Amino acid sequence: MSFASNACIAGIYEHPLRVAPDHTVAQLHAEVARGALLDAGLTLDDVDGYFCAGDAPGMGPVSMADYLGLKKLKYLDSTDTGGSSYLTHVNHAARAIAAGQCRVALITLAGRPKSEGSSGTQVRSQWASAPDFAFEKPYSPAPLNTYAMCAMRHMYEFGTTSEQLAWIKVAASHHAQHNPNAALKDVLTVEDVLNSPMIADPLHRADCCVVTDSGGALVVVHPDIAKTLKKPVVTMMGAGETTKGQMGGKVDLTYSGLAWAAPVAFKEAKLTPEQIRYASIYDSFTITVLIQLEDLGFCKKGEGGKFVEGGQLISGKGKLAFNTDGGGLCNNHPANRGGMTKVIEAVRQLRGEAHPAVQVPNLEFALASGIGGALGTRHGAAVLILGRL
Amino acid sequence: MTQMNKNNMDNKEHRLPSPIANPENKAFLEAAQNNQLVLKHCNACKAVHYYPRTICPHCGSNDTTWVKSSGLGEIYSYTVMRRGVEVPFAMAYVRLNEGISILSHLTNCDFDAIRVGQKVKVVFQETQDGQKTHLFEPI
Repeated sequence: MSFASNACIAGIYEHPLRVAPDHTVAQLHAEVARGALLDAGLTLDDVDGYFCAGDAPGMGPVSMADYLGLKKLKYLDSTDTGGSSYLTHVNHAARAIAAGQCRVALITLAGRPKSEGSSGTQVRSQWASAPDFAFEKPYSPAPLNTYAMCAMRHMYEFGTTSEQLAWIKVAASHHAQHNPNAALKDVLTVEDVLNSPMIADPLHRADCCVVTDSGGALVVVHPDIAKTLKKPVVTMMGAGETTKGQMGGKVDLTYSGLAWAAPVAFKEAKLTPEQIRYASIYDSFTITVLIQLEDLGFCKKGEGGKFVEGGQLISGKGKLAFNTDGGGLCNNHPANRGGMTKVIEAVRQLRGEAHPAVQVPNLEFALASGIGGALGTRHGAAVLILGRL
Repeated sequence: MTQMNKNNMDNKEHRLPSPIANPENKAFLEAAQNNQLVLKHCNACKAVHYYPRTICPHCGSNDTTWVKSSGLGEIYSYTVMRRGVEVPFAMAYVRLNEGISILSHLTNCDFDAIRVGQKVKVVFQETQDGQKTHLFEPI
């Protein structure tokens, strides 16, 4: 038992909408909070820890805590590492619960990028105050072009191909066909991906995730509380987190911060990558998945292309089932932040609540990983290893 | 041969956005105005860094000075932003001969013929507010 295993994920909820023009962002946060608490069998009055990131309207957690009606808070955290924030929040919540700082932690995410016209080709407004942007503004760094440069370098150094990247989207699409809420439900072929328009070489439109309005929430609790609830108990086993940037100009686009964070998580969980049969892997773009697979230790650096070829990520067919909800590539990428839905699907898998067509049988352990910000400039990286008690 | 970037030189609306001036990059922007790329050198650890800071990100020393860059290097990675933008552009990390990489655009070249490892040199171009910024072109 690790220190982190003194906490369990007891409640999950993913908003069913993918376009929500008639909702406010605060309302979406409240709806997912309510959904996760109902899933856990708890109420607002049980919550004594609240976690949110930059998608939450207002000042840090303060405005949303008031909006939601959280009156018994003893622990707050508004760490923002982009889309990986919510994995980081689970890690922090687990440490806080293990240390006795709180017993029921609520984590919420929501946003409306689809209704507000956001696109991955645009410069992100929250990057504008960063010290690097003073220099980089003339070049319009956006999610698409910065991730594309990672893919281009990976191809140059290791011979990775567009066909191999396409297999990642194909696997996600095989899973999304079973998810009635998925934004994209059509099963794609490698050719479909390669025939989609080139957006930023070498990334095609189908190499990119969807843009969706929506959100999700998690409830992390003390094991004593988890045992009193009806849902199967999913416990934290290990976690790691970090940031990686340009390192003063010593730029290396071939690996993510997970190369540093994943060994920490596996050591704490006392597990190896070979023992993981399901992984939720952040999929803002196909290249994001490929680089993480290597950094998490599922294969050697440079061999990610070979690892994913031929449908190896398809549940029931390949050696590692990934993103069985359809992931950000096909299902949902709420608020342009995909970390929340990664944790939710990992918990569904461990509970046995995934769609029967994609459920991994007798699953003991699951992993969720995330990259927030831009892999090609600077990003947050986080990984959780979860288990079923 | 397509030279998709030739159209953004004269039309002011299609000029690049300007860098953001601040006390820490004043000397950098003044050098650019004189067609000179400068880097920060650390007198303690002897390493250069980019983007430039007052305090060295490699060792934490505050003993840093501006040095002229050769302006020469090779393409570490690149992409051609073809859709979702008003004017297509080629973004790149250029690994300078000084050993560090710098985010920029490529210009005066066929976007379909760019290759990783290609040798390039710095050139300067006026941005929307008249401030010049560095780009790179194949040698």
